[in-house]
Amino acid sequence: MATNVNGMNPTDIKDPNYFHKVVDCQWACPAHTPVPDYIRLIAQERYTEAYMLNWDSNVFPGVLGRTCDRPCEPACRRVRTEEKPVAICRLKRVAADNKGDISDFMPVVPQEGNGMKVALLGGGPASLAVARDLLPFGYEVHLFDRDQKGGGMMRSQIPSFRLPAEVLDEEVDIILNMGVHAHFGHEITSMQAMLDMGFDAYFVGTGAPKGRGLELIGHEHVSDHVSIGIDWLSSVAFGHTTKIDGKVIVLGGGNTAMDCCRTSIRLGAESVKVVVRSDFGVMKASEWEKEDAMGEGIPIINNRPPKEFIHENGKLTGIRFECVEPVKGDDGRLKYVPTGEPDVVIECDHVLMAIGQDNHCPWIERDLGVTFDKWDCPELDPDTLQSSNPKIFFGGDSAFGPENIIWASAHAHKAAISMHLFLQGQDLKADRPPEGVNLISQKMGMHEWSFDNEHDAAVRHVVPQVPHVEALKDVKLEVELGFDAAAGAAEAQRCLNCDVQTVFTEKLCIECDACVDICPMDSISFTANAPEDVLRQSLTAPADNAEQDLYVSEVLPTQRVMVKDEDVCLHCGLCAERCPTNAWDMQKSVIHVPQLGTFAE
Amino acid sequence: MTFVAKPKVHHPALKLNEIGLNRRDYEGAVSTLCAGCGHDSVSAAIIQACAELSLPPHKFAKVSGIGCSSKTPSYFLSKSHGFNSVHGRMPSVATGANLANRDLFTIGVSGDGDSASIGLGQFSHIVRRRINMMYIVDNNGTYGLTKGQFSATNDLGSTSKKGVANLYSPIDLASLALQLGASFVARSFSGDKRQLVPLIKAALLHPGFAFIDVISPCVAFNNHSGSTKSYEHTRGHTGSVVDADLIMDHEEITADYAPGTIEDVKMPDGSTLRLNKLEENYDPRDRVAALSHVQQKAQEGEVVTGLLYVDPDATDTHSVLNTPKAPLNTLTESKLCPGDAALGKINAGLR
Repeated sequence: MATNVNGMNPTDIKDPNYFHKVVDCQWACPAHTPVPDYIRLIAQERYTEAYMLNWDSNVFPGVLGRTCDRPCEPACRRVRTEEKPVAICRLKRVAADNKGDISDFMPVVPQEGNGMKVALLGGGPASLAVARDLLPFGYEVHLFDRDQKGGGMMRSQIPSFRLPAEVLDEEVDIILNMGVHAHFGHEITSMQAMLDMGFDAYFVGTGAPKGRGLELIGHEHVSDHVSIGIDWLSSVAFGHTTKIDGKVIVLGGGNTAMDCCRTSIRLGAESVKVVVRSDFGVMKASEWEKEDAMGEGIPIINNRPPKEFIHENGKLTGIRFECVEPVKGDDGRLKYVPTGEPDVVIECDHVLMAIGQDNHCPWIERDLGVTFDKWDCPELDPDTLQSSNPKIFFGGDSAFGPENIIWASAHAHKAAISMHLFLQGQDLKADRPPEGVNLISQKMGMHEWSFDNEHDAAVRHVVPQVPHVEALKDVKLEVELGFDAAAGAAEAQRCLNCDVQTVFTEKLCIECDACVDICPMDSISFTANAPEDVLRQSLTAPADNAEQDLYVSEVLPTQRVMVKDEDVCLHCGLCAERCPTNAWDMQKSVIHVPQLGTFAE
Repeated sequence: MTFVAKPKVHHPALKLNEIGLNRRDYEGAVSTLCAGCGHDSVSAAIIQACAELSLPPHKFAKVSGIGCSSKTPSYFLSKSHGFNSVHGRMPSVATGANLANRDLFTIGVSGDGDSASIGLGQFSHIVRRRINMMYIVDNNGTYGLTKGQFSATNDLGSTSKKGVANLYSPIDLASLALQLGASFVARSFSGDKRQLVPLIKAALLHPGFAFIDVISPCVAFNNHSGSTKSYEHTRGHTGSVVDADLIMDHEEITADYAPGTIEDVKMPDGSTLRLNKLEENYDPRDRVAALSHVQQKAQEGEVVTGLLYVDPDATDTHSVLNTPKAPLNTLTESKLCPGDAALGKINAGLR
């Protein structure tokens, strides 16, 4: 049928991105983990499979189930239909906590190598994930790290009350035991030296290990009492620091600041305050990390940029702060203007600086063909993560600056594909495996679907925690207890199964309106086609969320088109259930995100 | 039928009407009719009309007889009064309900079997009696509940699902209603809510007997190529003579129609019934011409839809019987039994 030149073109549902976008959580996840799929497995108590689905995609489900930045949760459809997202992150932990033996599911690493050797610099999540992707293809993988154990920032930066060492060890060891040649205690000081070792390709996953400092007035007199947050956390993680005395001020508003303040209070600080130059609402720390810190009685003081260290006889006594307030500028951005109140002095004995970190590769000689931009970041092809030296690839924080672990996994998959193509003499772009989508009908009978389509109106379940009194005594005691199996199953029911798609077949539709009448969210309309902005306002309910697509059909016999606003569809399947001709069908979309494993398919 | 309950959650932008309810508050149970049944669209149209008019659900009496159509009152206005009565006897129950409480909006839902076969006598007399109600017939031309026999409204020559032709002439309930004196007669199609919803709104506020014949295809037994009441045939063979639009008294009246085709009729409650004439020279106030036009078009195989006839000065049974303004069910014993002295006066007046 001809398309209407005056209106929207019919939606191409064969484009893998169309239905991928409908699965908001998966689309938002850098590694594109198939979230609804593993949540259904949890609901079915198939924890091992749920874990493996995660492991395949994001490599560290146990770690991420505790520490992920959760880009999926604000994206969750449930935020738009009701309010609170599904507790996706903590459900991941349920899978990790309850999984059984996974050894049978592990990829097979060939006994005979393919004769090529690869060096991974840094032992953090990015390098480990690259190792996992490359090993099944017969590469000899060598991993170098200055620490004595693998894990990188996951070990040195994340306090064990959030991520117990056993959980980390387990997931790091899974990969190391696949046959990684680990060189721990190997401080990398020269890229040239690494190149001299004669590997066929290199992956730089050394992170962003340099914490930023702040040169305030008086800094030179009190430097003994001022620590860089990430260095201090790492010293706690490796047992070099076991206590902190007196009053502590943490400067900064990110997750590192939250980890610093919560660690301080556990190491015996008399009092801990977080002081942030910006407003509470724009702090970089995740909502839940702020809540956890405040829940432990730690005040967060906002709109106070620091001016000067105050000291007496070489001893730090406090910090002087200016008082500002946020004002929205003409460009919509917040500006901070002085309130005119006198400066405030907050007493302290120790300061932890958690104001940011940089990737820092002074050990990469600048004559090796790797070009760096003006921020001293390597210039990379964003699609392949290859540097200007074709042998050298980057990933994780050392690629584009500090991000979360989930980004390291995503980069690793990308870089592993590139390295494999490079080493096999193929083109890094033309020969990349494509994205794909499969649609599989979920209809099992007249009113039977292979998914639980009943809408659960329950509110988000709260993750239980250890009582504060106990938690604050022990820096190694994990605060969150995680959902137990029953709570996990209940929370899993809140998932709307957005990957079970409403698929419309024009030629079967008799335009009886049954779907329009039954749809609880007024998502379906049959109307004259029009340009998108007009069409959005002429539907059963206005489609005001322009970030969400309209699913537009070909022209129907009445010259109208079917338009479905994807925004708040509950994926309850009532349209398909009330459709007399199966013009609507509920079909599971399986999104194929390129990963080195998919080569083997 | 559907086993999954319709989720309570609704579109975040769903508006509240003047009495603080949204459209979903006017729904009933999830339908147990076949998927794709036109009757469900009629129920949805009633829901939309009542919500848009901001009518309180508890001020409705919905009555029905027997048949697929007569199940539908369960599927709208769950917070109202209802009576699922005997086959073909809905008009008697509706009459009783309306006489007892004239303050309720009375909705009667019936089918072609219920009204044109077993209940034809009752239908004729409730039209004559001018009960103030909206009488809707979900007309699919078949006995769906008993698996697809021809009903009395099925067209001559129209075939069954197996290809057997109907040998009998159809009863046209709209023509019958016109002939018997109904003060509001309309016809519509379940697949055309743009036309149907305004007609229902106008019928609900019409101060007399309002009849709407809705062609409502039976997907299970009468939606094949030989049927004259299928979705496809109906779409191809209907034409509206007059579209109705009900404009509430506080709404601004804007004219976006071609001049000369609009006629505004003031309704007793202050609203305006706007008639948009789509057929030149058609006068919706002329009963005889309307009847003639409908019959003429039927001869040509065309089904006339829209507001076929309206008498804006309609009256109802209560005005004929001169009953008090207060509903009869609110009259107390002292009002109903005024005592010996009053009886004596009445008796004296008859001597």
